[in-house]
Amino acid sequence: MAISTGDFDFIRKLVLERSAIVLEPGKEYLVESRMLPLLHKEGLESIEILVGKLRGGTKNGLADLVVDALTTNETSFFRDIKPFEALKGHIIPDIIEKNKTTRELTIWCGASSSGQEPFTIAMILRNDFPQLLNWKINFISSDISREMLQRCRAGKYSQLEVNRGLPAMLLVKFFERVGTDWKVKDDLLKMIQFREINLAEPFPVLPKVDVLFLRNVLIYFDVEMKRSVLGKIKRVLKPEGYLFLGAAETTMNIDASFERLPLPQSGCYQLKG
Amino acid sequence: MRALVVDDSKAIRRILSQMLSSIGFEVSEAAHGKEAVEVLAASDPFDLGLIDWNMPEMNGFELVCEIRKNSKYDNMRLMMVTTETEMSQVVKALEAGANEYVMKPFTKEMIYEKLSLMGLPVSP
Ligand SMILES: C[S@@+](CC[C@H](N)C(=O)[O-])C[C@H]1O[C@@H](n2cnc3c(N)ncnc32)[C@H](O)[C@@H]1O
Repeated sequence: MAISTGDFDFIRKLVLERSAIVLEPGKEYLVESRMLPLLHKEGLESIEILVGKLRGGTKNGLADLVVDALTTNETSFFRDIKPFEALKGHIIPDIIEKNKTTRELTIWCGASSSGQEPFTIAMILRNDFPQLLNWKINFISSDISREMLQRCRAGKYSQLEVNRGLPAMLLVKFFERVGTDWKVKDDLLKMIQFREINLAEPFPVLPKVDVLFLRNVLIYFDVEMKRSVLGKIKRVLKPEGYLFLGAAETTMNIDASFERLPLPQSGCYQLKG
Repeated sequence: MRALVVDDSKAIRRILSQMLSSIGFEVSEAAHGKEAVEVLAASDPFDLGLIDWNMPEMNGFELVCEIRKNSKYDNMRLMMVTTETEMSQVVKALEAGANEYVMKPFTKEMIYEKLSLMGLPVSP
């Protein structure tokens, strides 16, 4: 099934407007392969018909489904490991020291996909920092995709997913078997508040953040949008707060007010003093 | 780094051995627990053991117990690679002294990610 230039452009603009994600020409194959399951589910015969419906605006929610299908949700527990070692070894201990009078910790995971990243952070907090048990922890986890948020709230993972990067010791401690799946135990699930937040839009009112995970999402935006998101981040991050970006992402040449911390391969930044 | 791959399936041994040798491990193989014990006794210490559960002669769980009895092997990381997927089995293996657990079917990423978790080098 080939997609016409006109239809590709229409979907490109739609995705850009809704999520800020840039689909360059040449990504036609991606659109085709991602639309197939959606066409099937919606009982539509072709991309042409799908775009016809989108243009006509006859079917509510269809545009959301298209955007959902085109966002890459690839993630895993302890993805890249180093950022989480830095979190455990330096950053949480530092915040515990800094916030010891308020006993409050605010974490925001801004592109949480199916939840492996926020649950990784939550497991580290519970497993390695028992002293945080009587702290107030504000843990917000958000994504643009409703489907992904539903997965987060369910906290259910397949065998293939728990096989990826999750230490067996933590699997045993924080999960229970449900049928053939593995489900995050309620105690951990309840630590996190899952919300729909589109990074491309003005941020909702949020508490000032100590640690912000924003990994592997800026990479899909163009430079202007990256700059705009980093600009908004500056306003929610505490002056000494920490920002984690993905391994292929940087603030360099985009926003000069951040500096990379010398924690190897952690992708961790702070606002310059 | 030296690794011992223990599985009664020749095909699985070959796949795992390839995955490990491509990131610089020197790999030995054994088809069951008893053979593994013999290999262990006859060679230099290993850094890593990948161990199947269900095997003839001596199964993987028994092998883990056997290895952990001997303090000579304290530095050897042990990872079960098995079709056993019950929570109780994972718990049992960890309690016996396994460091990690992978449920078959596995991919290269899964194996490498687990090796990094155990602090082993995974660069090619
Ligand atoms: C590749 S995943 C990253 C998951 C996780 N942070 C990680 O690094 O493993 C990218 C996520 O960004 C989300 N996303 C894309 N555009 C977004 C936007 N404009 N606002 C919020 N989330 C967005 C997608 O829905 C997807 O779940």
